[in-house]
Amino acid sequence: MSKRVSLVHGHPAARSRASRLARTHSYSVFYAMVLPAFAVLFAFSYIPLFGIIVAFKDYNYRDGIWGSPWSGMKNFQFLFRSGKLGLLINNTLLYNIIFIIMGMVFAVLLAILVSEVRSKWFKKIAQSATFLPNFMSWVIISTIFYNMVHPRLGVINTLMKALGEAPVDVYTKTGIWYWLLPVLRIWKTAGFGSIIYFAAIMGIDQECYESAKLDGANVFQEIWHITLPMLKPTIVIVTLLNLGGILRGDFDMFYQIIGNNGLLFKSTDIIDTYVFRTLMRTNDIGMSSAAGFFQSLFCFVFILIVNLLVKRIEPDYALF
Amino acid sequence: MTTQIAPRRKRKKMHKDRLLLNIIAYSFVALFAMFCLAPFLIMISGSLSAQSAIIVHGYTLWPRDFSTRAYDVLFAAPDVMLGAFSVSVIVTASGTVLSLLLCSMAAYALGRKNFGHRNKVAFVFYFTTLFNGGLVPYYIVMVNHYQMKNNPLALVLPGLVSVWNLLLLRNFMKNNIPDSLIESAKIDGAGEFTVYVRIAMPLMVPALMAIGFFTAITYWNDWFTPMLFIDQEQLVPLQYKLYKMLNTMNALAQIAARSKDFNMPKLDLPGETIKLAMAVVAAAPIMFLYSFIQKYFVKGVTIGAVKG
Repeated sequence: MSKRVSLVHGHPAARSRASRLARTHSYSVFYAMVLPAFAVLFAFSYIPLFGIIVAFKDYNYRDGIWGSPWSGMKNFQFLFRSGKLGLLINNTLLYNIIFIIMGMVFAVLLAILVSEVRSKWFKKIAQSATFLPNFMSWVIISTIFYNMVHPRLGVINTLMKALGEAPVDVYTKTGIWYWLLPVLRIWKTAGFGSIIYFAAIMGIDQECYESAKLDGANVFQEIWHITLPMLKPTIVIVTLLNLGGILRGDFDMFYQIIGNNGLLFKSTDIIDTYVFRTLMRTNDIGMSSAAGFFQSLFCFVFILIVNLLVKRIEPDYALF
Repeated sequence: MTTQIAPRRKRKKMHKDRLLLNIIAYSFVALFAMFCLAPFLIMISGSLSAQSAIIVHGYTLWPRDFSTRAYDVLFAAPDVMLGAFSVSVIVTASGTVLSLLLCSMAAYALGRKNFGHRNKVAFVFYFTTLFNGGLVPYYIVMVNHYQMKNNPLALVLPGLVSVWNLLLLRNFMKNNIPDSLIESAKIDGAGEFTVYVRIAMPLMVPALMAIGFFTAITYWNDWFTPMLFIDQEQLVPLQYKLYKMLNTMNALAQIAARSKDFNMPKLDLPGETIKLAMAVVAAAPIMFLYSFIQKYFVKGVTIGAVKG
């Protein structure tokens, strides 16, 4: 490296430019190694990213995204006037906030309690069991779920009957989903979500606990004053990453569990399911692309602002 | 040695507070583990029960009136299920191998300190997670510009690069492969690519196992991509097949119920148990793979993630 730079004589500016060129040249092997992955990303993420202008167009199949005539804000006016957007934003935000908070609380709680378990085989079996739902597809889960809540045959209603309660048909009730979906979500993700907190706890210096013990702290004080503060960076980063998708719903979950059950849309329709339905069922490119554009832009601006705030308060925690 | 003996002595005279925490920890973790497992037990036991028992007693944790009728019906025409199964296997295997190659190679370059532009390039990757075009432009570009309708490549190519996995691999490589090792190999005359293949790859194995498993799971579980792009029956992978069969099941049951009008032989499908049997077939490969890979999770994932 240094030899190559010293070969260039003359004006300092020219020299630095030459050295930059030389450096860039020496990076070419790295660029070559990144290129295949970048090519995939370019084709399937960046090109569609430019296609986002379709939200401002009067799309027709013949002219494609680039050739179709501009329509200004017409798609957005239709979307706002349809009155759908408020409900969609409301549901998407509400569920995501519940998911983020509950997910974090349960994952941290589970990680702390699992780290307290001393028996190795117990820990291993428990972790295997709690990770498993995370790897099952929502198709499989919806099959099981349907059989669990089945009004006549389901396990839950069998239990209800045993307790002398009337069976519930959840597919006709809207309010109950604000409880059911978070429970499902915790069931599926909390176990595996705890792995990152678990590893962070494993990384805490044991001497902290020893000296706390000497000062007469009990285990609950240790958790409150040592474990939780030590988990703070991980909690902040995971939460920030989740906030980046604050208006992006879990399409897989909502579509598999609720499907196209219009009865429940009031409490379960989110932007992602709306975009999908409008695109595939009614083929309304204008409305669906406008909703999608709104979602992308909102998420982007939101995470930029949050990240900026975090940078102000605690620069170490900022994502970028 | 002394440090190993110390905790054992402490356990003998456990304080009240630690005992209480232990009771809470063991019972909570055990309950949550059972809560996570129970639905799968119900799925398996339901698929092995007689339909009639389920209709009378509902679903139970243990099979009632053991019967393999659901599996018999499911595999009565084996080529249907096996076809979907093999599409899934081919897509998953090729996608996972290619993805690991692309991601680990890029991760290696992005983790090398000598690559002066590494952070800028990493941001180009990261940016796609912050802002994306959404479903509509993606769908139009895929169908109209790339001709991906009913193209098996549509199932493999878009999922090849997961930015999270790539950055996780990069962190793993930064934290676990000492610079001195790479530099000494380079002094011996090895190029970057040789170092990547000969030194970095073997050292990345725990991370590659874990990430490879996640990638495989993502491919195996994907029902959405085929729903968007695949109409041809012989190209439909297992999960989407399962989804489609579940959706048509109710319709089928209705048709079967009315079939006495026509002179059709009574079908008598064990509808409920077949659904569960299908779910078992779709879940079994994951459970099988999971039992082997699981030991790499904590090692492979967290080392890359925590020190971010």
